[in-house]
Amino acid sequence: MNRPIRVLVAKPGLDGHDRGALIIAQALRDEGMEVIYTGLRQSPAQIVATAIQEDVDVIGLSCLSGAHNELFPEVTRLLKEQGADDIIVIGGGVIPQEDIPFLKQHGIAEVFTSGTTTKETAAFIRQAVKAREAQT
Amino acid sequence: MTKRTFDDAYQEWKEKTESSLTKFPERKQSFVTPSGIEVDRLYVGNAENPSDWERIGFPGEYPYTRGIRPTMYRGRLWTMRQYAGFGSAEETNRRFRYLLEQGQTGLSVAFDLPTQIGYDSDDPMAKGEVGKVGVAIDSLEDMERLLEGIPLDQVSTSMTINAPASVLLAMYIAVGEKQGVPSHQLRGTIQNDILKEYIARGTYIFPPQPSMRLITDVFAYCAEHVPKWNTISISGYHIREAGSTAVQEVAFTLANGIAYVEAAVKAGLDVDQFAPRLSFFFNAHNHFFEEIAKFRAARRLWARIMRERFGARDPRSWQLRFHTQTGGSTLTAQQPDNNIVRVTLQALAAVLGGTQSLHTNARDEALALPTEESARIALRTQQIIAYESGVADTVDPLGGSYFVEALTDRIEEEAVRYIQKIDDLGGAVSAVEQGYMQREIHRVALETQRRIESGEEVVVGMNRFRLEDEPQPPLHRVDPALERKQVERVQSLRARRDGQRVQETLAALKRAAEGTDNLMPHILACVKAYATVGEICHALRDVFGEYQPV
Repeated sequence: MNRPIRVLVAKPGLDGHDRGALIIAQALRDEGMEVIYTGLRQSPAQIVATAIQEDVDVIGLSCLSGAHNELFPEVTRLLKEQGADDIIVIGGGVIPQEDIPFLKQHGIAEVFTSGTTTKETAAFIRQAVKAREAQT
Repeated sequence: MTKRTFDDAYQEWKEKTESSLTKFPERKQSFVTPSGIEVDRLYVGNAENPSDWERIGFPGEYPYTRGIRPTMYRGRLWTMRQYAGFGSAEETNRRFRYLLEQGQTGLSVAFDLPTQIGYDSDDPMAKGEVGKVGVAIDSLEDMERLLEGIPLDQVSTSMTINAPASVLLAMYIAVGEKQGVPSHQLRGTIQNDILKEYIARGTYIFPPQPSMRLITDVFAYCAEHVPKWNTISISGYHIREAGSTAVQEVAFTLANGIAYVEAAVKAGLDVDQFAPRLSFFFNAHNHFFEEIAKFRAARRLWARIMRERFGARDPRSWQLRFHTQTGGSTLTAQQPDNNIVRVTLQALAAVLGGTQSLHTNARDEALALPTEESARIALRTQQIIAYESGVADTVDPLGGSYFVEALTDRIEEEAVRYIQKIDDLGGAVSAVEQGYMQREIHRVALETQRRIESGEEVVVGMNRFRLEDEPQPPLHRVDPALERKQVERVQSLRARRDGQRVQETLAALKRAAEGTDNLMPHILACVKAYATVGEICHALRDVFGEYQPV
């Protein structure tokens, strides 16, 4: 791939706490990625539309309100419906460990909870994008 | 000469305080240490340096560095006010009753995000969010269930509600009326601080200008009809959680406070008419001494601002009264029991800083909403500080500490610099519109994250002293069926109520919003007709529009 990795950082639902989303957006930019941040209160449909329009490699979803089990799978469902499920979806926020298997079953590639470093997230993205390139 | 002045002032303070004791007695006849050593009400230096004591003053006197009451916790402990709310009104009502039985002294309601942003539970925007971070309130009917069996003339209730604060306050007033409690007896607080929503928390609805009008309408209405109500809680808490420093927390909060006072004065209110009902809300993070100094600096700075900048004459207008919550963002998902220790330190700092009310976070809040057990431990933490530690037995025990006084001075100076900068930008509303505070906070948040990732800033259990195999504690879960039930409930209400009356009251509200009438009586009429939070907020959206961040 000869262009920088493109990432959409998104805040689905009504949660307004975006410190984590803003930090990760800046950290990924510092790692040389192109990052778009949606801002607050995006519906899954809006997020998917933006991701497709901006031709991103990765969507990073952030949610602290507990609505992740509803909102994250809706994003992967819509991506599939629109034939864009090659976009890698990762998530973060206040997410109990016990919810992570459910989210992974629904196509969320990885879930990063509090305490993950931005370097770990960036490394995961690089590796996941590389693995996807190798497949196609 | 100067020495005598101090002695006179101290003597005067002592006599005044003694004479008020019959009216405001202290908790005990005498306060002693376990060794039997008598603890004095107040400790003062020997006034070698008179300029110092003038700067610090005496508790209960301008500039209130040492606290807003002369006897502070010797007279009455702070209010132990644990923030709670989840799921349905009935479930939250049960948690409230449990906390009251356990010795909590004030209620504090957490609303879910749809309620906070003015959507009904059946709105497509609400999907997945109903009852999650707080209780779902769609109409007066839900509020009646929430407060069932809770005597509103005996408890004070704090409601964390901002954009639709006037709607929820109207519901509270309506429930009070049904219980036979007139509005002038109601005690409590609505957060009602919209500026920090644009800066840090994101639950705004309308643009800044109409939002400011809603707030000043509440000031004016309450001054007349709900005089014991704290009409706003100007909140640094969320500014800090968004990543600010302690200095920024003080500076941006007080700058927002200045904007509210200016808006109210501009709306024709007399400063001493509403300023005594302004209250504040601060955070408490881990740096013990900086936090204590922060509270003292904020109190002194606000007293100066009110007296010198706004010419307030009533001493109650000068007093910064505040609620504190321990810092949610300082808690770790790793080794959650360590959070009990963090919360203890933070709560102690709030008490040593002279808070009027306190919420201690539960150990599992970095993972989910608190379980009943963890909520109880959090409350017990406050009770141990209050009843076992002895820190409440003398006023401002750290006053006069070289370190604490120097930090207090420094925080005040740096906050003043920020406030001047915000004044230069045209005040807080304009600074928010330009994204100034947002950028300043984000810059610091990023620096903090880098320091944590590099290990320069140690977070025990997270970037140092980790455990490999951590057991997961049991978590509180909100029943997924709740959302469906709440949707059915609001739809059944719409079918049952007097639809014509609802339409009429909503139409009247819209007309008032287009003009300059105080909106509170109109909102009250809508609420009593069982119009929903969503319907009332949509009526206002039609007139005011919605805020789009820069």
